[in-house]
Amino acid sequence: MSGHSYDSEQYWKSNLRLIVGSLVIWALVSYGFAILLRPMLAGIHIGGTDLGFWFAQQGSILAFIVLIFHYAWRMNKIDEKFGVHEE
Amino acid sequence: MSQFAINLMFVGGSFLLYIGIAIWAKAGSTKDFYVAGGGVHPVTNGMAIGADWMSAASFISMAGLIAAGGYANSTFLMGWTGGYVLLAMLLAPYLRKFGKFTVPEFIGDRYYSSNARLVAVICLIVASVTYVIGQMAGAGVAFSRFLEVESTMGLMIAAVVVFMYAVLGGMKGITYTQVAQYCVLIVAYTIPAVFISLQLTGNPIPPLGLFSTHVDSGVPLLEKLNLIITDLGFNSYTADVDNKLNMVLFTLSLMIGTAGLPHVIMRFFTVPKVSDARWSGGWALVFIALLYLTAPAVASMARLNLMTTIYPDGTAAAPIEYDERPNWVREWEVTGLIKYEDKNNDGRIQLYNDTDAFKSEAESRGWAGNELNVNRDILVLANPEIANLPGWVIGLIAAGGLAAALSTAAGLLLAISSAVSHDLIKGRINPGISDKKELLAARISMAVAIVVATYLGANPPGFAAQVVALAFGIAAASLFPVLMMGIFSKRVNNVGAISGMLTGLGFTLVYIFVYKGWLFIPGTNNLADTPDNWVLGISPLSIGAVGAMINFAVAFGVSAVTKEPPQEIQDLVESVRYPRGAGAASDH
Repeated sequence: MSGHSYDSEQYWKSNLRLIVGSLVIWALVSYGFAILLRPMLAGIHIGGTDLGFWFAQQGSILAFIVLIFHYAWRMNKIDEKFGVHEE
Repeated sequence: MSQFAINLMFVGGSFLLYIGIAIWAKAGSTKDFYVAGGGVHPVTNGMAIGADWMSAASFISMAGLIAAGGYANSTFLMGWTGGYVLLAMLLAPYLRKFGKFTVPEFIGDRYYSSNARLVAVICLIVASVTYVIGQMAGAGVAFSRFLEVESTMGLMIAAVVVFMYAVLGGMKGITYTQVAQYCVLIVAYTIPAVFISLQLTGNPIPPLGLFSTHVDSGVPLLEKLNLIITDLGFNSYTADVDNKLNMVLFTLSLMIGTAGLPHVIMRFFTVPKVSDARWSGGWALVFIALLYLTAPAVASMARLNLMTTIYPDGTAAAPIEYDERPNWVREWEVTGLIKYEDKNNDGRIQLYNDTDAFKSEAESRGWAGNELNVNRDILVLANPEIANLPGWVIGLIAAGGLAAALSTAAGLLLAISSAVSHDLIKGRINPGISDKKELLAARISMAVAIVVATYLGANPPGFAAQVVALAFGIAAASLFPVLMMGIFSKRVNNVGAISGMLTGLGFTLVYIFVYKGWLFIPGTNNLADTPDNWVLGISPLSIGAVGAMINFAVAFGVSAVTKEPPQEIQDLVESVRYPRGAGAASDH
């Protein structure tokens, strides 16, 4: 396979962009909403507690699932676009 | 039918199933033994990862930890799931493309150094052995409570069953038993939770019940729980924590540690394609989340049930009399995991938080100290009894707890035995070994690992309680960073990787030992393990994340001033980045 062509560099950059974007959301829902930003979300009430508590015990996990499936789906598309997918 | 007979039926039935699978899925080659032939469907693999990952700690202990700590212990929920995002994006697809059998093998090839491979083998074995002790001990507890056999005898039975399917079938046998074990454990965990959620909130879905209204009182469940426990001097369940830095670092350590645990990474080698490795990560987290989204509901509901059992007429009224205690308290008292002491001799059970702040209130009510100690590990196991659920649910819980412990134990044992047979014997001692002989070596190392794990499970060293911290600390500080740099950097070289692993690991171990005792020997710690002594309030359990950062920094720093990796290694890094041409995992 072509190790150093222009396309494979672009392919790797697309992958890195997708990873960085996903990890920003990953950090935001867990370290952000559930921990550091919890006091700021304290005004939003949900079932006897606040939104930060919900993110800590439910929301972050749900977001992680969406992130992985989104990544897998997008990467498979990117693989095809750059012709590096498996037969 | 007696409860004992029901338990025996459920546990015995599940064991027969596992043995049946073992006979059906016998390994014929090293490829079967290490990667289950390499043709596992991503959904099947996701389910197997779920069972591989969810250990006795997830099934038995986690809800108890959350019940005790409330919001502050949400770290376990986020930490033990968020690692899968890292795995699916940063490690699994590329390691699958690399297409070899073990984690140390990648490190050895990428850093063109048999010493790097050896360091990785040592990290893997220490992390996995410490982890497997906890599983075997957990299986022993479940046996002694539900099947009324000696804990040691229970361990032996568990060891024989694991021996059957792990030694015969290797990864192939383990994969399909893990699928069965996942089904057993998830049914066992969710059924009682659904019943309890219905009883307390009228909502059959526990994660929704957690945020619903408590039927008896008409206020939200969490508010009701807060009212009761703060009346008794406990911290509010939903209260925020003061030390956010420690909470962030602890969560991060668990996430990085999860992504760096070899027995989990190995499971990604069993799927046919790189894209399947990505999907596997998503499916794994779906199956894991079924338990992890239920656990916080189980935690708060069980704590509320416990409190209303002891204070049936509210916290202002007197607690129940000891002679009227429910049956499940009597049964768990036998195991010593619930202890009662009538300190003020009034024949009642005072359960409250014995602190200075609550002293005057306690004295005014004539209380002379907290009288009931409930081991938090029993919470899930006793849950069906606390909620008065039928006997078959209790039998199910027994089978589920054992499934969780055994499935994780098998995955860890495979990681250990493949490191010995493939990385040490084939990689270092006898590279020309035939496939047949390597398979035999793998089976023998598996058998030896089972014997060692059983022995250590029966005679747990004093540090058994600390092992999780150690396993995650090692995985986070040593393995994860070098794996990630091996894929994302072409510049990090052999010297950089080895110095990174050793300093990250050394720093982490020293920080843990300073507070927990050297090699966990009691009394050898230099500083008391209290928040005032921790550097910047960082607990020894959270230090793996800092160790990982040191590993990254040292590896980059040392690599920058030493020779860059040879061209063929840079080509190797290039090739793991592109899915095309993955083929099945092989050892050539």
